Amino acid sequence: MSYFTEIYHGVKTLLTGMRVTGRYFITSGKSAITQQYPDNRASLKMFDRFRGEVVMLHDENNEHSCTGCQKCELACPNGSIEIIWDRGVDPETGKKKKFIDKHIYHLGMCTQCGLCVQACPSNAIVWAQKFRKTRSTTEPS
Amino acid sequence: METATIAPPIKSEEYFINMGPQHPATHGVLRLLLTLDGEIIKKVEPDLGYIHRSIEKMCERNSYQQIIHLTDRLDYLSSHINNEAVCLAVEAALGVEVPERVKVVRTILDELIRISSHCLWWGVMGMDLGALTSYFYAFRDREMINDIFEETCGARLTMNYNVPGGLMHDIHPNFVARTREFLAHFKTKLPEYDRLLTDNVIFQKRTKGVGVLSRQDAIAFGASGPVGRASGYSCDVRVHHPYSALPKVTFKEALRTEGDSFARYQVRIQEMWESVAIIEQLIDAIPEGPHQVATDAVIKLPKGEFYQKVETARGELGVFIISTGTKNPYRLKFRSPGFSNLSLLNHIAVGGKIGDLVATMATLDLVIPDIDR
Ligand code: SF4
Ligand code: SF4
Repeated sequence: MSYFTEIYHGVKTLLTGMRVTGRYFITSGKSAITQQYPDNRASLKMFDRFRGEVVMLHDENNEHSCTGCQKCELACPNGSIEIIWDRGVDPETGKKKKFIDKHIYHLGMCTQCGLCVQACPSNAIVWAQKFRKTRSTTEPS
Repeated sequence: METATIAPPIKSEEYFINMGPQHPATHGVLRLLLTLDGEIIKKVEPDLGYIHRSIEKMCERNSYQQIIHLTDRLDYLSSHINNEAVCLAVEAALGVEVPERVKVVRTILDELIRISSHCLWWGVMGMDLGALTSYFYAFRDREMINDIFEETCGARLTMNYNVPGGLMHDIHPNFVARTREFLAHFKTKLPEYDRLLTDNVIFQKRTKGVGVLSRQDAIAFGASGPVGRASGYSCDVRVHHPYSALPKVTFKEALRTEGDSFARYQVRIQEMWESVAIIEQLIDAIPEGPHQVATDAVIKLPKGEFYQKVETARGELGVFIISTGTKNPYRLKFRSPGFSNLSLLNHIAVGGKIGDLVATMATLDLVIPDIDR
């Protein structure tokens, strides 16, 4: 390629590339590609299956359906779920029964793998879509 | 007239410089020890271990279901494919045949994540060579894939969607429509990638003839994926050892012979087209059926050794399990593509300039957690 053909060719490819960016510059306007995240917090909706944090569902009487079976604790790869249980006497049958004392979920260790929710036989724990786990000091809690 | 004494040549000395561990062009915590003579590279020594998490060791104390979520953290841009590698190995060892639906969905998601990985690579490749625009365009398209994953799998990168015997949930009702929408969108954008970067004269000058790897060396170093294929080494696991729904589809293996950075670039661009073609063949006819076959709650593999390889976006990932018949593997080894592809860096970078090393690194497309594990 001669010197001048090379220059001509080079300028042409640069202009082709600039046509792409130029078109976006003119046509996309304010409808930018990114989301204006902190501003759209009120309207931002995550997908239903989004794995934010594990929560235990409570009904209107503040009761949950966890039986303390410890399956989630076993399924968890990193010990993020800790179940503290106790033996007690079932008031109806009078037999000894395992009672759940505490179901502790360590959010800081959780890798959001989803194995605990899959393992729970009584659907006591589900995924919440909350991904924002901090709060600014100026916000009400 | 007096004869002028000839001045002794300027004595040049080799010197040593660190590239990384916090260098934007190494894309992660990789430290390269460069020995330089002026700007010419004399030696490149990678220093690993900055992000070592002993994943292989952790696998030994985890059950087979739990291992899968650790593989998300190898090559996090091909996480779905990594998950699949373990699942396929476990399923083969148990003799479980997964339903057709699972196979097809797995392959579609594999190719989607391959496109997403190549998109990210394309964006940062441009950025490494000084073209920031490509980054934003690539991320715009990648965002659509991430949304598909988020809706169906629940996470954008570390999806942990494969389980031994199938998938964690069935696909989301919107999955097919969203994927079709993405394909239509992406097919109009890929030619734009070419106009913006591939044809660009500066880009071509910086990548053509840079970091040349011959076919023999590619084989000798165990290169795989686009790096091997750019040197004319036909090493696509999807072609030679098809798994999941791949035997049902037809596609062309992207092959080049030049072996330079530009060839590696072209292979990846072509792979995106091929991935689009694969998804198009499958997306309209996802078979009905269950999304899982039941496996035991505690999976115990029979005694023995099991190996499964898959093609991730970076090359061949192998999973080697030694089982003694218990619920944990006795030993689990990952053959990661990034490690082998990094090993040839010294070979192809010596003699080039520092600026060329950036282009070479970018086209090797290393993901550091995959190398360190
Ligand atoms: S999501 Fe995974 S890591 Fe988190 S608590 Fe459940 S099982 Fe444990
Ligand atoms: S698996 Fe479900 S029912 Fe069992 S202890 Fe965990 S949360 Fe409770």
